Amino acid sequence: MLVLTPLLVPLATALLCLLAPPGWQQRVSLAGALLLLLCALALAGQVVGNGPLTVVAGGWPLPFGIEFAADRLSAALVLIAALMLNVVLLWQVGGSADAAPAAATLQPLLHGLVAGAGAAFVTADLFNLYVWFELTLICALGLLALGGGLRQLDATLKYFVLNVVGTLLLLAAVALLYAATGQLNFHALGAATAQLPASIALPLLTLLSLAFLIKAAAFPFFAWLPASYHSLPAPVLALFSALLAKIGIYALIRCLSDVFHPAPELLFTVLGWIAVLSMISGALGAAYHWDLRRILAFHSISQIGYILLAIALASPAGDAAAILFILHHSLVKAALILTAALIFHACGHYDLRRIGGLYAGRPWLSLVFLLLALSLVGIPPSSGFWSKFLVVRQSLVQGEYLWAAAALGVGAVTLYSMLKIWLEAFWKPHPDESWQDPARHRLLPAHAALGGLVVLILSFGLLPESLIAYVMATADSLRGGS
Amino acid sequence: MSPRALLAEVLLRILHPVLLLASLWILLRGHNDPGGGFVGGLLAVAASAAMALTLTTAEARQRLPLPPPRLTALGVLIALLSGLPGVFAGQPFLTHLWVTVPLAVTELPLSTVMLFDLGVYLAVWGAVGGYCLSLLATVEEEQ
Repeated sequence: MLVLTPLLVPLATALLCLLAPPGWQQRVSLAGALLLLLCALALAGQVVGNGPLTVVAGGWPLPFGIEFAADRLSAALVLIAALMLNVVLLWQVGGSADAAPAAATLQPLLHGLVAGAGAAFVTADLFNLYVWFELTLICALGLLALGGGLRQLDATLKYFVLNVVGTLLLLAAVALLYAATGQLNFHALGAATAQLPASIALPLLTLLSLAFLIKAAAFPFFAWLPASYHSLPAPVLALFSALLAKIGIYALIRCLSDVFHPAPELLFTVLGWIAVLSMISGALGAAYHWDLRRILAFHSISQIGYILLAIALASPAGDAAAILFILHHSLVKAALILTAALIFHACGHYDLRRIGGLYAGRPWLSLVFLLLALSLVGIPPSSGFWSKFLVVRQSLVQGEYLWAAAALGVGAVTLYSMLKIWLEAFWKPHPDESWQDPARHRLLPAHAALGGLVVLILSFGLLPESLIAYVMATADSLRGGS
Repeated sequence: MSPRALLAEVLLRILHPVLLLASLWILLRGHNDPGGGFVGGLLAVAASAAMALTLTTAEARQRLPLPPPRLTALGVLIALLSGLPGVFAGQPFLTHLWVTVPLAVTELPLSTVMLFDLGVYLAVWGAVGGYCLSLLATVEEEQ
């Protein structure tokens, strides 16, 4: 039953939020998020202690029943999702600092998004995975359209069109795989695909990977991400960046490194170059833009490149680096987005050219931004350093010198765009001389949420041993090991 | 609003409850024969839509048991809850249980599947019905 909690708890919370009388919605929502966090912790504890947990819905015999399975990889991602949901809801309690407008559908949609992500992380059935992709897509659309202004609808349409292509490709890939093997369950599918001739397996797996790459916002399919992210309120954006692209990446790791292992060599080589191009184009996009949210959105693409690069190494150590990077990026990017929201709150704008002078008035905010930015760039001892270190080291170990060089070079460009934010927002005087730091009422929940996140990120960077041991064990448990 | 069709209006006031009863019948029939929550729900939507077309969408909305979003949520929640008795009986989630209640002359078969189907019925009625009524309301505004 614990295996199903990442799906059932947020889904039930979303439904109860819809049914609750107006004054109770937020309480129900917070209680559900806390329960999810407890369940995620219990799930992680169980999985680490006793190995993977599985349940087949309805008790149907395999391979016909829909199986849900939680291993170390699923448990870690569910935990991050639950954590981010709590951070975001706490931020939303204050209702200030670019919080989402209070709409009756906001809380149900947030929980629905997490339900889709959580279920995608624990399902062990390819068609079922597609269903959860759909649920996240629908909830994401609802969240994008909140407010219903022209800007929101424009972003929603772009997001919808580009993502629905990915979803349809995924459906086609699932259908073709089913036609070729007659299986949908991960175990049965993996075994059956291994029997297929390469001339059939390669195109099918390519199609599947393509669908996941669109979802993961990799080069050249990332257009949906910068087109839609900048129109979102900060807490929703933080949740999006922690979950949406990560589901695609998770599915890619699950399929290439676990279910269909050993996947064709060619796929990994192509993936490696896609990763390099994602890193470079994301970093250049970030260097070009002046809107804080656009800079951070393009950064996500660049960071996703690093994760894909680690997956493309096709080795347990590469997968371990990828998983560590996912955890690091989910936390740090969300924290940076929330920091940007506080900058917005203080200066009234996301555009770097119209803000400034924060260092004098907000030393703590400056310190938090500096810590997070250095972590994103990968300066030791930060969470970003350990993640990038594992990726680059493993590329060198496997003789992929060009990939390693690209990863290091992109780090320098990342440093440039972080410096740009630092110089423009904090260091230079505010361009409008009549600007005054606004009153800071109702910011306590936002500060608490960001503070908690920063403490977590710092401990991640300073005490990485147990986490690295966890991801190493996780990577070893993939590829049919247990 | 277009000219009223008096005959259709009078007829619909009588037909509406009949259609809803028929949708319930299809819901229950689905247990062993073609039918079930989804089809039954669609027939209920048809009843609401017919109401909205001949009278007004406001009238049709009033005759829903709950506002559409809540109706949908309640339906999905009931479907989720129907999976829980199996868990308390030590089976995986969504394992369905059957009981037969003996009555004086006959017996009444009950199951958690029926509860699940009822959830589907309400969810379809709420979601498709709400969507349908909102669409028809925009047409109404234009006229």
